Amino acid sequence: MSLLVVALTLLLGLVVLVLSAPLRAARREAERGDADAAPSGGASEVSSQEAHRDTLQAREELRSRGELEAEREAKYREIRDAELDYRTGKLSRTDYEAIDAELRREALEILNRIEAAEEAGPESP
Amino acid sequence: MNPARKRTVRLVVALSTAVVLASALIYTSFSAASPALTPTELVHQAQPGRSYQVTGTVVQGSVHRSGEQLYFSVEDRAGGTTIPLSYTGTVPDPFREGREVIVTVQKQGAGYVGERNSLITKCPSKYKTAPSSEQQNY
Amino acid sequence: MAGLGYACLLLALGVCLYGIGASLYGVRSGRAEFSASGRRAVYALAGILTVAFAVLEVAFLRNDFAFNTVADTSSRTTPTFYRAAAVWSSQEGSLLLWAWLLSLWSSLALFLTRRRMREIASYATAILLGFGGFFIALMIFYANPFATTRPAPTEGAGLDPLLRFPTMMIHPPMLYSGYTLCTIPLAFGMGALLARRVEADWIKVIRRFAFAAWLALGAGILLGARWSYSELGWGGYWGWDAVENASLMPWLTATAFLHSLMIQEKRGMLKVWNISLVLATGTLAIMGTFLVRSGILNSIHAFGGATLGVPFVVLIATLIAGSIYLVVSRRDMLRSEHRLDSLLSRESMFIANNLVLVGLCFVIFWGTYFPLISEALTGQEASVGPPWFDRYTVPLALLLVLLSGIGPVIAWRRATLASARRNFIVPTGVALATLLALLASGVAGSPAAIAMFCCAAFVFGSVGQEFFRGTRARRAMAGESLPVALLSLVRRNRRRYGGYVVHIGIAVLFIGVAASSSFQHASELSLSPGQSTRVGAYTVRYVRPTATLTPRYDEAHTGSTLGLGAVLDVSKGGRHVTTLNPSEGFYASQDASQGSVGSLIGGQPVSHVSIDAGVTRDVWSAIAPDIEAPALQRIIKAGNATLSPEEALYALGYLARAYLKSPPPAQFHFIVSPLVMWIWIGGLIVFGGGLIAIWPAPSTVRRRVGARARARSVRGLARA
Repeated sequence: MSLLVVALTLLLGLVVLVLSAPLRAARREAERGDADAAPSGGASEVSSQEAHRDTLQAREELRSRGELEAEREAKYREIRDAELDYRTGKLSRTDYEAIDAELRREALEILNRIEAAEEAGPESP
Repeated sequence: MNPARKRTVRLVVALSTAVVLASALIYTSFSAASPALTPTELVHQAQPGRSYQVTGTVVQGSVHRSGEQLYFSVEDRAGGTTIPLSYTGTVPDPFREGREVIVTVQKQGAGYVGERNSLITKCPSKYKTAPSSEQQNY
Repeated sequence: MAGLGYACLLLALGVCLYGIGASLYGVRSGRAEFSASGRRAVYALAGILTVAFAVLEVAFLRNDFAFNTVADTSSRTTPTFYRAAAVWSSQEGSLLLWAWLLSLWSSLALFLTRRRMREIASYATAILLGFGGFFIALMIFYANPFATTRPAPTEGAGLDPLLRFPTMMIHPPMLYSGYTLCTIPLAFGMGALLARRVEADWIKVIRRFAFAAWLALGAGILLGARWSYSELGWGGYWGWDAVENASLMPWLTATAFLHSLMIQEKRGMLKVWNISLVLATGTLAIMGTFLVRSGILNSIHAFGGATLGVPFVVLIATLIAGSIYLVVSRRDMLRSEHRLDSLLSRESMFIANNLVLVGLCFVIFWGTYFPLISEALTGQEASVGPPWFDRYTVPLALLLVLLSGIGPVIAWRRATLASARRNFIVPTGVALATLLALLASGVAGSPAAIAMFCCAAFVFGSVGQEFFRGTRARRAMAGESLPVALLSLVRRNRRRYGGYVVHIGIAVLFIGVAASSSFQHASELSLSPGQSTRVGAYTVRYVRPTATLTPRYDEAHTGSTLGLGAVLDVSKGGRHVTTLNPSEGFYASQDASQGSVGSLIGGQPVSHVSIDAGVTRDVWSAIAPDIEAPALQRIIKAGNATLSPEEALYALGYLARAYLKSPPPAQFHFIVSPLVMWIWIGGLIVFGGGLIAIWPAPSTVRRRVGARARARSVRGLARA
């Protein structure tokens, strides 16, 4: 019976440890942020808010970059598929050239958007 | 026809086809279905020529075989009306007296004839992982 | 130990509730640490449930009959392998298996997405933990796997002999993996709608899990069919039983989704359709799980007597209502970016394929739930049988196979009509040649089967042409030798050619299904030793009886105490075809009222089917020996009267000898089915093709291709 209690307590402790790890890590970060910033409470609050906004923004950029890259991969795949369609006789030459040009235009547009995002990224405040 | 109009037409055609097919399906299901009845209900409601699914318990001592035909009686789960059946076809492994069965029957004269290969016997334990049934095809 | 198990369940429920709260708070307040904590709750859940599952497994292996589930489904005489697998043969154990598998797959999904899709993942975490909590709560309040009875009984009831087959024991984990994997795309889909982010990245994650679900479900369904055919005594592999249908429905919608997802990826279309398919698949998976245990429909499992019905109905109603609300309220986000370019395009073939698959799902849904529907609408419960199902699924299946042959021949976006017409020549030719060959060789009687053979031939022609042309193009471009060209063609276009292989597999599978259902010879025979009879072109002769005695504690077999069977000689046209030896295994029961000898063989008897599997046909036989014969019954009664339970085993020896000396006539079920083996082979081909399609292209190839494509884009634009 006592073995049971011990096992349960261990399990419970482990679970609490695992679940709270991120919370404790975040609190440590916040405290470190406080220590680095000005000693007054108000300023540290502001800086932590700024840090929070920065991470949100960084995440937003990462997300849109991820999206663009996925679009790019999909577009490349379309270009390859169209070529394979042409070479296996499913498209006439004229149709293929028309579709191919269209796809490449779309691909370039995506590449431009990626470049724009990359340029905008490091310059954000 | 401009593209938007063409798309609308396509959508309308597709939806109408789906509705028509679904209606046909639904309509035929009602006429093709066999109502599920207990022996008591069967005795009251059965009309010759229609098939019914009867659910009940195999009566003790009622099972005997003669060549390819299996004869047994089925009673309500809670006891009560008993109906005699003759059945040909596969008999599932769990079949025995006292077990619950479902069999599709048609009324013939005073007795009932089970449809070929329509006998299902309940697995004796409450729950099983076996997803396939002993239900027969055709 | 049971206490530990139950405590784990309580802890697990607490962790679920915490996780839901933490994830939702984390995503609403933007505090990532709470989302991370919520994700860890899923990992913790997996750990806790592993402990709980281990406790139950150990109890089974150690024969701890204090556990009610162990006493109900296992015994000392149940062989070890089946004891280990008996864990999931009960309601309680299977709920635990479901919850455990859910926690494992969810952990994997969330681990793989831990750096991306933060908001979606947080909502998904909450939803998955919601499912987990639901099943755990069911266990805690309704069906506790750790319930005990003290003092513990000394022996258990034993695993139902019908389940003592390897296939039957792998089938539930495989099927449950399929079901639980279906809930992951549902969770991520709902998460995307809740977070109002339906992004391109989301597709990649969902696809992987939808694919895994498709594979696992497909494997589970095929395994179930194989079990039914080779180990149950009726000789069929599919009976349109409610539970079979329940697993097929989410598989159909998952197949549809895998196709239409490609369109969304390329053209940004069908977003509403896709998200609806995802939600439908998950909901159908939950409904499938529910069907098996609720008793609302008559199936081999439950004849009325709802057990867990109400909580499941609530869950499913919530899922359906929630899904509809989310899709409708987020429909602005789900607007298509493009439109269909042309009806003659692969996109529209995929849409047609989707319509057929969803149509199939609807037919099966309607037929499966018809007893409930008719009761609700007319007050009278009625059910439809296999003939009704066949009437509608056969034409749809024909259409599906035909489409899978047309699709490869049509290009993406806009196909050229002239090219398409030209490309149809070979496949149509192959189909027509097949038709002529079939008619010439006298195969007749089933127009549906012949149509299916021709459609399958069309697929072979079409896909074969694709492989041929693709290899030829590759050789022209890269000058590689034939085998290398073929290999690199497939490696560089895994999705396309893997998909083609899948379609070949499906065509092969349907050839097997069509042949074995339409051209089967099945008979009930009643034979005595030495007697022979004709079944179609075959002659079946009862050569001699067989009897096997298995010691009670024999662990090598399935634990049967007595096996009675026969040796059958099958010949055709005077030539020996095969020898079959079907038998019926008798098992011990716990029913002392059957007498000391009677209870040794009074348990659930199980048919041991004998199959000669061949490339062109299977010869199948089952036997029902007449244990009720007076001679045998006399021995049993005498044994009951004079022998104690320990001595009763000797009576079995007498029984066996009596049976061998003068066996009563036995009932045989004898079936010759053409091309059954191709069903299983087709399934394997589908798997292989699926693996090819989903195998990630090596990153070097991707990078090289990417750079080349970019360079070409620039050049292309310079040309323009």
